[in-house]
Amino acid sequence: MKSIARVTGLTHRYKKNVALDDVDLEIPAGRIVGLIGPDGVGKSSLLSLISGVRKIQHGSVQVLGRDMRRALNRAVVGPRIAYMPQGLGRNLYMTLSVFENVDFFGRLFGHGREQRAWRIHELLKGTGLTPFIHRPAGKLSGGMKQKLGLCCALIHNPDLLILDEPTTGVDPLSRRQFWELIDRIRARREDMSIIVATAYMDEAERFDWLVAMDDGKVLATGNPAEVKNGTRTDSLEAAFIALLPTEKRRRHETLTIPRRRSRDALTAIEADGLTRRFGDFVAVDHVSFRIERGEIFGFLGSNGCGKTTTMKMLTGLLPSSEGEARLLGRVVDAEDIELRRRVGYMSQAFSLYSELTVRQNLELHARVFQLPKSQMETRVTEMIARFGLGEVVDELAERLPLGVRQRLSLAVALIHGPEMLILDEPTSGVDPVARDIFWQLLVQLSRDDGVTIFISTHFMNEAERCDRISLMHAGKVLAQGSPVELVRARGALNLEDAFITYLEEATTGTVAPDQSEGLFDRSDQTDSTQRRTRSVLFDPRRGWAYARREGLEIIRDPIRIAFALLGPIILLIAFGYGITFDLENISYAVLDRDQSPESRHYLDNYAGSRYFEQRPPLHSYIDLESRLRAAQLIFAIEMPPGFGKDLKRGRQPEIAIWLDGTVPFRAETARGYILGLHHRYLEEQQRHNNVGGAGQRPPVTVETRFRYNQDFKSVYAMVPGTIMMLLVWIPAMMTAAGVVREKEMGSITNFYATPVRSLEFLLGKQLPYVVLALVNFASLVVLAVFLFDVPIKGSIVALLVGGLLYVIATTGLGLLMSSFMKTQIAAIFGTAIITTVPAVNFSGFFSPVASLTPSAQVFSHIFPSSYFQQISLGTFTKALGPEALMFNFFMLTLLVLVYLALGLTLLKTQER
Amino acid sequence: MRRSLTNIVQLGIKELYSLRYDPVMLFLIVYMFSFSIFEEAENAVTGVVNAAVAIVDEDRSQLSRRIGDALLQPRFQAPESISVDQVDASMEAARYTFVIDIPPNFEADLLAGRPTVIQLNVDATAMGMAGTGAGYIQQIIAQEVSTFRKDDRQTHAVNVVTRARFNPNMEAKGFQGVMALTNNVTLMAILLTGAALIREREHGTIEHLLVMPLRPVEIMLAKVWANGLVVILVATLSLYLIVQGALAVTIVGSISLYLSVAVVYLFSVTSLGIYLATLARSMPQFGLLAMIVFVIMLLLSGGHTPLDSMPVALQTIMQFVPSTHFVRMAQAILFRDAGVDVIWPDLLATALIGVVFFLAALLRFRKTVTLTQT
Repeated sequence: MKSIARVTGLTHRYKKNVALDDVDLEIPAGRIVGLIGPDGVGKSSLLSLISGVRKIQHGSVQVLGRDMRRALNRAVVGPRIAYMPQGLGRNLYMTLSVFENVDFFGRLFGHGREQRAWRIHELLKGTGLTPFIHRPAGKLSGGMKQKLGLCCALIHNPDLLILDEPTTGVDPLSRRQFWELIDRIRARREDMSIIVATAYMDEAERFDWLVAMDDGKVLATGNPAEVKNGTRTDSLEAAFIALLPTEKRRRHETLTIPRRRSRDALTAIEADGLTRRFGDFVAVDHVSFRIERGEIFGFLGSNGCGKTTTMKMLTGLLPSSEGEARLLGRVVDAEDIELRRRVGYMSQAFSLYSELTVRQNLELHARVFQLPKSQMETRVTEMIARFGLGEVVDELAERLPLGVRQRLSLAVALIHGPEMLILDEPTSGVDPVARDIFWQLLVQLSRDDGVTIFISTHFMNEAERCDRISLMHAGKVLAQGSPVELVRARGALNLEDAFITYLEEATTGTVAPDQSEGLFDRSDQTDSTQRRTRSVLFDPRRGWAYARREGLEIIRDPIRIAFALLGPIILLIAFGYGITFDLENISYAVLDRDQSPESRHYLDNYAGSRYFEQRPPLHSYIDLESRLRAAQLIFAIEMPPGFGKDLKRGRQPEIAIWLDGTVPFRAETARGYILGLHHRYLEEQQRHNNVGGAGQRPPVTVETRFRYNQDFKSVYAMVPGTIMMLLVWIPAMMTAAGVVREKEMGSITNFYATPVRSLEFLLGKQLPYVVLALVNFASLVVLAVFLFDVPIKGSIVALLVGGLLYVIATTGLGLLMSSFMKTQIAAIFGTAIITTVPAVNFSGFFSPVASLTPSAQVFSHIFPSSYFQQISLGTFTKALGPEALMFNFFMLTLLVLVYLALGLTLLKTQER
Repeated sequence: MRRSLTNIVQLGIKELYSLRYDPVMLFLIVYMFSFSIFEEAENAVTGVVNAAVAIVDEDRSQLSRRIGDALLQPRFQAPESISVDQVDASMEAARYTFVIDIPPNFEADLLAGRPTVIQLNVDATAMGMAGTGAGYIQQIIAQEVSTFRKDDRQTHAVNVVTRARFNPNMEAKGFQGVMALTNNVTLMAILLTGAALIREREHGTIEHLLVMPLRPVEIMLAKVWANGLVVILVATLSLYLIVQGALAVTIVGSISLYLSVAVVYLFSVTSLGIYLATLARSMPQFGLLAMIVFVIMLLLSGGHTPLDSMPVALQTIMQFVPSTHFVRMAQAILFRDAGVDVIWPDLLATALIGVVFFLAALLRFRKTVTLTQT
C-alpha cells in the first residue's frame, strides 16, 4: 500500500492536556480517508500536524515522503497540500467577496492574471457559486461558505487535500452537494488523496478508509466494512461506541424514549407569525408553532437559519419585528420578571461563568432566582446528584470536559424548577455517549416531571428523538410534524432524505445546479510545473496579495477606518489647543497694606501685563489663604505697610509673593514672570534715580535670543511634536491589531498553510498601514499649516522623507509588537502603553533628550520617536534643510531594518 | 428592594471571582498602580532640570570661567565648551538648549567700565524649560558679575520674596505621582468595567442574566460596585505604599476625604465605562474607543497642563468630563488641604455626570446586548 502520510510516535500536548498520545498511523494514498470521533479527541491536531500548519512536538510526520519537521521540506511539500481548517469559513475573509477570496489564494500561489481568471471561473462554476460571485463571504450560508473554502483550497490543484469537519453545522442538502462535489473532483483526479475529519458517522460510510479516534488514540483503522465487522455492529455509530474503552462504554445505555402519555393539550409555547429583521435581512420569517405542555419539540436546521433568533425572541432577549410569542399563555415581555422564573434557558455557546466552580455556578443561580435559604442547599445537592456532578463539584467550570459542562448548563437552567426549557443546540460538539446521557436526562424531565422542552439541533438522529419537529431553513419553517409523519409524507427513507426533499423544494431556482464540466480540465500539468518553480524565497506578488487583501479588509471595516482616519485629526485638534506651555491670564490678587501712590505704582506693572489677570483685592491673611486654597488665585502679592515711605528713604522694603505650588510647572513659570517684572521695575527705578546723576555702573547686558520660535509660542513646538506622537501611536496600534486580528479570527492559518514567506507576509501586511499612516500624515500636516498656522519653515522634502521613514518604522514596530500579542485588545493596549512613554517622555516632546538621564536616553535611541521629533520640529519650526537632519534619516532607516529583522525572527511560521 | 440589593451583591461577588482568574487584567492593575506611577513620578521632568548648556568662551578669563562654574546641578548639566562655528549645528541638532556666548575681552571691558553684551541663545522649541531657564541664567550671570565686582552697592531698592504655598520646593514628584494615580484610576475604572461587560456579552453570559429575574440596572450596579471596589482598594494601597512610601511624598491633606471623593468619581467613570461598552460591538472596538476617550481625559483634564491655559471653549467642554473635576479635587484635597466647603461644586458635578452616564448606559443596555448577536 502506497502511503501519503506516515505518522510515528506522535504526541502532542496543550499545556497539561494530551491531544495526541503516541499515535502511529500510515494513511494510504489516492483514497478518501475519514477521521472519525467526537470533538476534542485529537482529530484537528492530527490534521494540522500533517498539513504542516502546527509545530511537531514529539514523534515524526512524513507527508509525500518528506519529514515535516524540517522547514525546507515544508516549503517544498507545502504547495502540494491544501488545508481547510475547522469552522464555517474559518480560512475565509468575511468582508471580501467570493471572487476576491479565491483570487487572494490564487495570488498566494503565484498564478498570473489569466490563469487565475479561468481557474476561478471553473471552480465557481463547478461549485455553483457563480451567481454569488460578488457577495461577501460573510453573507453566504454555511453550505456555500464551505464550498467557497473548498474552491480556495483547490485553486492550486493540490495532491493532498485535508478537510477538517467541512460539513459540521451545514444543512443536509448542502452537505449532500458538498460530497457530490468531492466525488466529482476525485473522478477527475484519481491520484488526489483526501483526508477528512468528521463527527457525523453517517458521512463516514462513504469513505474508503477510516481512522476511529478517541482520547488522543487511534481505536481502529480500515474500511467501513472492516470496522463494523471488527466490532460486529451494523452501524458506524454503534461500532464507535463498541470501540470505546469499557469504562466509558459502561456509562452508555441505549436510549429509549417512552411514549408521551397524552395529556390535556394545554399550550406551553406559542409563536404566531414571529418575524425578525436586521436591516434588510429577514432572519426569521413569519414562524408559527404551538408546543404542548410536556412535549419535546425540536427545531432542525443548519447554522444561521434563524433557530437561535427565534429562541431569543421567545425568551424576550430580542424584541420581535412582527408577530407574537406567548409562554404559558402570557405574551413575552422583556420586563416580565415573574415569567422568567418559570422558564429555563440554555444558550448555544457555553454561557456559564467559566471562572466559577460548579457549586458556585449553581449557588449563584439559585440566589438570583431567590430560592429560600433552607431550600437552596437541598436543591443544589439534588441537582449535583441528579446530573452526576458530584466528583467535579469544586472544579472550575472551564476545566470540565465539554459533555460535563453541558450537563452543568442544564442543571443551572433547571435550578429553579422551571416549567419549560428552551435549549439552543445544547449538544453540539459533545461525543455520542455524553449526548445520549444528556438526552436521558431530557427524557426524564419531559416524561416524569412534565417539563416542556424546546430544543434546537442540527443532528438528524437527535431530531428523530423529539415528539414533534419543525424543519427550518433561511428563516422559514418548511414543515412541521412528528418525525415519522414527515418521513411518511415525503415517502422518504429517513428524516434526512425527507428534509432534503423539503429543502430542494424550497430552494429551486435560487441555487444554480452544480456543473462540474470543465473542473480541472485544462493545463493542470503546466500548472504544477509553474507552481514548483515559484515556491522559493521571495516573490513580491505574494506580498502584494496580502497587501491588497488587507487593504480591502480595512476599507470595508467602517469602525477601523474611521478610527484610523479621524482619530489623529480629533486628537491633534484636542492636543494642539489643549496642551500649551503658554501661561496667560494667571490670576492674582493684592493684599495692599500700604495703599500709597508708590505701592499702586508697583502694582500697576502687574495689572498691565498680559500674563496676569487681577482679581478683587484681598483683605486679610485668612482671605489670602482661603482663596489660594480654593484655587481662585495662582498667586497673591502682599505689599508691606509703609512701603512708600521706606522706598523713599532707601530702606529696602520687602514685598511678599505667595504662590500656589501645587502645579510645579505653573508655579515656576509664574515666578519667572514675576521676577522679570520686578527686575524691570528695579531698572526703571534706577534710571529714574540716576537722571542727571553720575556714577552709573556700566551695564552688562544679557541679550537673550529665543531661536527658532521668536514669539515663544507653544503651538510651534506642540503641533510638530503631537504629529510625531500620533504617527507612532495610531499606526503602530492599527498594525499590531491588524495582525493579531488574523490570529484571533483564525485566518492566520492561511499564512501557515500556503507558500507565502515570512518576509512577504510582513511586508504585505505592513504596506496598507503605511499607506493609511501617510494619509494621516498628510491630514495632520494640512491641519498644522492651515488650522494652527504653523508654517513649514524648513525643507518640505525633508519633512516628507522623514515622515515616510517614520511611518515605516512605526508600523514596523507595530508588526513587531504583534508577534507577542495574542488578542486584539492586548495589542491595542499593549502597543499604546509601550509606544506612549517613549513618545511622550523620551522623545524630546516635553523635555529635550539632552536633559534626560542616560537610562532614559536608551529609550530615545531604540524608539523612532526622538528622531522624527527632530525632523518634525526641525522642518516646521527650526527652518532646517535635509543636510542638518541626515543623522535622523539614517537612524530611522536603521530602525526600520532592525524592526523588520526582529519581526522576521519572532514571527511564528507554524502554530503551536 | 431587598431582593434587588441581594442580587446586586451576589452579582458583584461573581464579578470579583471573574477578575481573580483574569491574569492579564490583574497584571495590568498591579503594573498601573505600582511601577507605572513610580516611574512616571521619578522620571518626570518638568521645568528646568538637567538642562543642557554650552558656553562659547571667547574671553577665557576668570570671570567667564566663574559664570560657567555657577551653572549647577540639578537645574543645569555641567556646561560644555564649544566654538562659535559649532553653535548653529549643535543647536539645530538639539544637543544644547542654552548656549552662552561670552565675547572676547569681556572681563577687561567690564573692569574698564565699557558696556558689554553676553549673548544667550535659547532653543525656544524646548517649551518646558526655555523661558524659565533663560531667566535663571540671566540671574546667575548678574549674580556672578556683581560678586566679581565686589559690588555691595548693588542692593536693590525693593526686595521681593516669593514663597510657594502647599509645595514649598515646587517639587514635581509629588504632583506627578498623585496625577499619575488619578489618571490610572480613570483608566482602570473604564477598562475593567467596560471589558467586563463586553466579555460577558462575548461569552453569552449576559443573555443568561437577562433571562433570569434580574433587571439591567441590577447587573450594571453590580459591575459598578465590584470594579469600583477593586480600583479604590488598589488606589488606596498605591497612595500609601507607592506615593507616600516609595516616592516619599508628603501629603498634607486628608487622605480619607480624597478616597471618599474617589468613590463618587468611580461611580462616574465606571458608568462611563459601561456606556462606552454599550457603544462598541466587540472588544477591539471598545479598546479603540476607550483609548481615544482616555487620552483626551488624560491630557485635557488639567493633570498635564493647567486648564486655565486652554481656550475657553475647550475649558467649557471639559467641565462635562468627570476627570476634570476629579483632578481639581485631588489637587485641592491632597496638596492644599481643602475641605468639603471648597470642593463641593466639583463633587456635585462629578455625581451628576455619573448619573447621566449611568442612565444613558441603562437606556442602551438591553438593546445592545442583542444587537451584537447579529
